[in-house]
Amino acid sequence: MVLPMKNSKKWYIIPYYLWIALFVIAPLALIVYYSFFNIEGNLSLENYEKFFTSVYLFMTLNSFWYALLITLISLLIAYPTAYILTKTRHKQLWLLLIILPSWINLLLKAYAFIGIFGTYGVTNKTLEFLGIGKQQILFTDFSFLFVSVYIFIPFMILPIFNSLEKLNPSLVYASQDLGASSWTTFRKIIFPLTIDGVKSGCQAVFIPSLSLFMITRLIAGNRVITLGTAIEEHFLITQDWGMGSTIAVFLIIIMIIIMVLTGNRKRGV
Amino acid sequence: MKKLSKWSVFYLCLVFVVLYAPIFYLIFYSFNSGGTMHNFEDFTLDWYKELFHDSRLLIIVLNTIIIALLSAAISTIIGVLGAISISMMRKKSMRDSVLSLNNILIVSPDVIIGASFLIFFTILGIKLGFFSVLISHIAFSIPIVVIMVLPKLEEMSPTLVDAALDLGASGKEVLTKVIIPYISPGILAGFFMALTYSLDDFAVTFFVTGNGFTTLSVEIYSLARRGISLNINALSSLLFLLTLILVIGYYFITKRANKQMGVK
Amino acid sequence: MKSLVRGLIAIIVLSIILLVVVNQLNSSRGYSSGNTLTVYNWGDYIDPDLITKFEEETGIKIIYETFDSNEAMMTKIEQGGTNYDIAVPSEYTIDKMLDEDLLLPVDHSKIPNLKYIDSRYMDLSFDPGNNYSIPYFWGTVGIIYNPKMLDGKKITTWDDLWDKDLKNQIILIDGAREIMGMSLNSLNYSLNDKDHVHLKEAKEKLDKLTPNVKAIVGDEIRMLMATEEAAIGVAWSGTAQEIMWENEDVEYVVPEEGSNLWFDNIVIPKTAKNVEGAHKFINFMLDPKNAAQNTEYVGYSTPNKEAMKYLPEEITSDKRFYLDEEMTSKLEVYENLGKRSLAEYNDLFLEFKMHRK
Repeated sequence: MVLPMKNSKKWYIIPYYLWIALFVIAPLALIVYYSFFNIEGNLSLENYEKFFTSVYLFMTLNSFWYALLITLISLLIAYPTAYILTKTRHKQLWLLLIILPSWINLLLKAYAFIGIFGTYGVTNKTLEFLGIGKQQILFTDFSFLFVSVYIFIPFMILPIFNSLEKLNPSLVYASQDLGASSWTTFRKIIFPLTIDGVKSGCQAVFIPSLSLFMITRLIAGNRVITLGTAIEEHFLITQDWGMGSTIAVFLIIIMIIIMVLTGNRKRGV
Repeated sequence: MKKLSKWSVFYLCLVFVVLYAPIFYLIFYSFNSGGTMHNFEDFTLDWYKELFHDSRLLIIVLNTIIIALLSAAISTIIGVLGAISISMMRKKSMRDSVLSLNNILIVSPDVIIGASFLIFFTILGIKLGFFSVLISHIAFSIPIVVIMVLPKLEEMSPTLVDAALDLGASGKEVLTKVIIPYISPGILAGFFMALTYSLDDFAVTFFVTGNGFTTLSVEIYSLARRGISLNINALSSLLFLLTLILVIGYYFITKRANKQMGVK
Repeated sequence: MKSLVRGLIAIIVLSIILLVVVNQLNSSRGYSSGNTLTVYNWGDYIDPDLITKFEEETGIKIIYETFDSNEAMMTKIEQGGTNYDIAVPSEYTIDKMLDEDLLLPVDHSKIPNLKYIDSRYMDLSFDPGNNYSIPYFWGTVGIIYNPKMLDGKKITTWDDLWDKDLKNQIILIDGAREIMGMSLNSLNYSLNDKDHVHLKEAKEKLDKLTPNVKAIVGDEIRMLMATEEAAIGVAWSGTAQEIMWENEDVEYVVPEEGSNLWFDNIVIPKTAKNVEGAHKFINFMLDPKNAAQNTEYVGYSTPNKEAMKYLPEEITSDKRFYLDEEMTSKLEVYENLGKRSLAEYNDLFLEFKMHRK
């Protein structure tokens, strides 16, 4: 897309690139700089050596795995939701109503979940009533994934909804006219045409999931350890900004790799 | 418009029930005379009454709202302009690098962002308070705006722009009459996500605030060690109700206005 | 485009209106005047009525800010940007702050009420002579347990936790020094031990505890213990006091092998502007009647001997929270182990957390 913008009109892009320089590149440089200092403040590579030990490598795989699960589950739940939303009458209203809960403070919601999933909480009372009996819900992978997906769902629904909205319905009708089943229509028409929204949603969910740490403690009781847990600890408790920065560097590298692999290619029409 | 199948309605209802379950839990216990979130004793409005005497809390709430609105608005504007400039890039390598830079703040844990911004502000000698918080919120909201707006720009057919140019539109008119209306769902999505980021943020705000200025999130997290008393539940319930009324009210007003103007 | 612009204008107008309202509220509370005192404290750690009382007595307006962790607070103070006149760190942080030269000396001559503080809580290793900090609240680290859930079993030592029958019954607090310290104490080592061999031993003993540990959590331990999510918890005495207030079945014990004695003390950061006012504030909080009122509100143990006379008998005679000499002699205050050792504690603790998977 090219616009006949004279060079003098390029002023409008200044704010964005100024932001990148001041608030992205500068802190990034700071982080990289700190990663080369050990805990005593001397120049050293020991942080990087430490990262390649089994503890941190396992943590990285762990973070990766859970972030992937959270993203996939969010996608599976969000896509049908977005699709059904596009067919309702007051879609913008429902959309806003979906976003609304995310404006309530996270800690409060986590406390509510502790109450809901607790051994004597609402869920277990219902399970008892149904005859299934009490289950240990808190401090499990299940509750962790549940609450994480809960937090990230609006971020997945919105871009997919936007993509679905712009989908030309006549394409769907044409496909059905030509005899394709619903599943084939979805697979070959709907999904590919909304892939940009899906990618956007995945990025908005996967990337922050890698550094989750509050939920790992509140809901998972530290049964799940992510890179975020370690960073939080190094920055705040040990005050080893060096090691914390090193982990952050690796997080950023992982993010870049993912961005490049799933990057958008320019398409025609 | 095709009618929704029973299963679709059921699924949607299920999603809403799950989404609102913790919210109703919080609201429910805001009426608890027992003081905790797990033992309901008697119904009481005491927590709500307490709110009206707490002017410090009221100031904090207002500050939080102001920061959220302004930071979301400004970051949306900057983010949209940024997304437009990214979509105009022709070299893939350029795009990828700018996009990667864009996403760095999203992948970085809040602690790091907060700490590095703090260092940044102290080096520049900027006093901590309203402006440092506002700037920080704008800074971490811009990336999500870009992520929400970019797909709409990608989807837009370039022939739209060409057609407009052919018909004699100036660059500015193409921007305001063709591009922006097309991507406005993305712009709104970005705005609301930025609002969410701002309202929920604790770590970054904590590090860059000072001189008596604080937001609701920081206040709530600080209470965790001693126990969050139910007046916070009451506060959240009221805010929630207020937002709900605003959202529904705004929606039906604009619907009415559009109907009268003959827009579907 | 038009509606977007209209929306933008609406937002700006609304923000301006709210800003005006905030300004009004602020000035009605007297913040435009110059005589202020900026206090940086834990959330909900002071009786709000005392703040009002102080303001009325001295005419100084208090600007109150809160934090949720020592380290975050220290980082804020270190970086500058805000002039805090009063802060309330925990003892190990005071040690670190002194190392970094972040505190102003406290002039004892300006705080006559200092004489009311129990001498047991003065002149400790983290601040000899109390030249820089004044005790505010104190407590211990111990075991909180619900005998009802354990069929009346009694817990008296750290070692009791390793009992095979306690599968999945324990919740630990997320603190490296507290948990490593618990393991060290159970091996009869000091919780300030720096010896690598001892630390490794302690960590390996913790690994054996894993089957009994249900979760490692933060402040929410209070809610979890009160709702009987677990029978046993390892946390601070302050937390125990709060849980017991909600659930009467719960017991607290300071284990026989020894444990940690913690303090939250008042300090004056170097960047303070109103040093006079800060001293007035400290003296005010040390007044026995004020200290008693504060203790009743906060619920933790007060170091103010005179204040105890104004507290109900049932609180001051509670040996679990107001220990006698014999018990306090067995307790240790955290010493500053230096960055290396501290990092080792945290790394071992992190490994323990991951071992649990």
